[in-house]
Amino acid sequence: MSRPEISAPPEVFYSDIESKKYTSSSRIQHIQASMTLRALDVLALPPHQHILDIGCGSGLSGEILSQEGGHVWVGMDISPSMLAVALDRDVEGDLFLADMGNGVPFRAGTFDAVISISAIQWLCNADSSNADPRKRLARFFDSLYAALKRGGKVACQFYPRDESQTESILNAAKSAGFSGGLVIDDEESKKNKKYYLILTAGNVNSNDINLGGVKIDKSAVMRPKRAKKEESRKEYILRKKDLMRKRGKLVALDSQFTGRKRKPRF
Amino acid sequence: MKILTANFVQCTVKACGSSPDCFPLHFDQQTPDLPLELAHEDVDFSPEFICNVLPRIEWPALLTTARELGNAQLPDTKPDIENPNAPENEQLLRDLHALLLETQIIQGSMRCANCGHIYFIRDSIPNFLLPGHLVQ
Repeated sequence: MSRPEISAPPEVFYSDIESKKYTSSSRIQHIQASMTLRALDVLALPPHQHILDIGCGSGLSGEILSQEGGHVWVGMDISPSMLAVALDRDVEGDLFLADMGNGVPFRAGTFDAVISISAIQWLCNADSSNADPRKRLARFFDSLYAALKRGGKVACQFYPRDESQTESILNAAKSAGFSGGLVIDDEESKKNKKYYLILTAGNVNSNDINLGGVKIDKSAVMRPKRAKKEESRKEYILRKKDLMRKRGKLVALDSQFTGRKRKPRF
Repeated sequence: MKILTANFVQCTVKACGSSPDCFPLHFDQQTPDLPLELAHEDVDFSPEFICNVLPRIEWPALLTTARELGNAQLPDTKPDIENPNAPENEQLLRDLHALLLETQIIQGSMRCANCGHIYFIRDSIPNFLLPGHLVQ
């Protein structure tokens, strides 16, 4: 099956016909439900929380939020047709027609948790000439971090096209201040492999998240930071010179004297 | 849209991001072709949720919103509820529940006090898609 992201922007792809097809397909309903349950399982939330559902679509995932633990949720989606289907289905949450790439429109500390099922890979696409995926990702995660209460948790299931998409999403999340990483279910299976981005805002004990034995893959950003601390003075100078060279600045050549201390007579 | 959500939503125009005026959005200017319409919708009563969300509610903003929607009977200070299951709190919690969760804004428009952008609500769905020139 081809990827919907490459065929059209989300508000065009999920037209009236496609939205109805998507919502009435029992196969999709089943997959969405199991992914929502899995995400809720990882978040391990107490009952009666205030939750944001990003890319709520027709409310397939929201329905489960209302059923499990009596959460009150707010959903946002960019496709009017999907929201129309959600209205027909009479879902309990509030619906918003909004573009997540412009940031989530909520003030600081609004939500206890955020859930998103099969949505954030859309952020990696530039659907108009003035859209920059990197900026949109940054704006999304920055505003998301603000809208969560301290100690809030995020679970996003997404379908990355390739390694670089995963990396750009992870990096954007970390520069916004989130900690956490990727949980991959069914890693061996090509078809059923599922990526969950699990993030926490502020300080949360790792015990608060129910990983059930799976490890969070944190490697993405930790490595360069640690390397910086351990490097010597000479390595630091060489690295900075290299960086300036890459930026096209005029930099003195490296020699055996680079980074050496001067003799005491100076 | 619930009144509860109206107490959390703010202007999404990037230039408004740091302004204190971008919250709350105001309901004081309505357009004639989209008159303000409220409705009551039954939601299961859960005192625990009200107690969970009450500390996060910005009471002055809620007063403003309620006044603009035509309800001036709220107390001036936020009620303090410690025990959600105590019988003396039940009526208060039910009132808050009816206001925050069961009152729906079906249509109308919200105005940002900082940039003046107007967000329209139709079929209880607010439209937060921005025109191209406001996105950057």
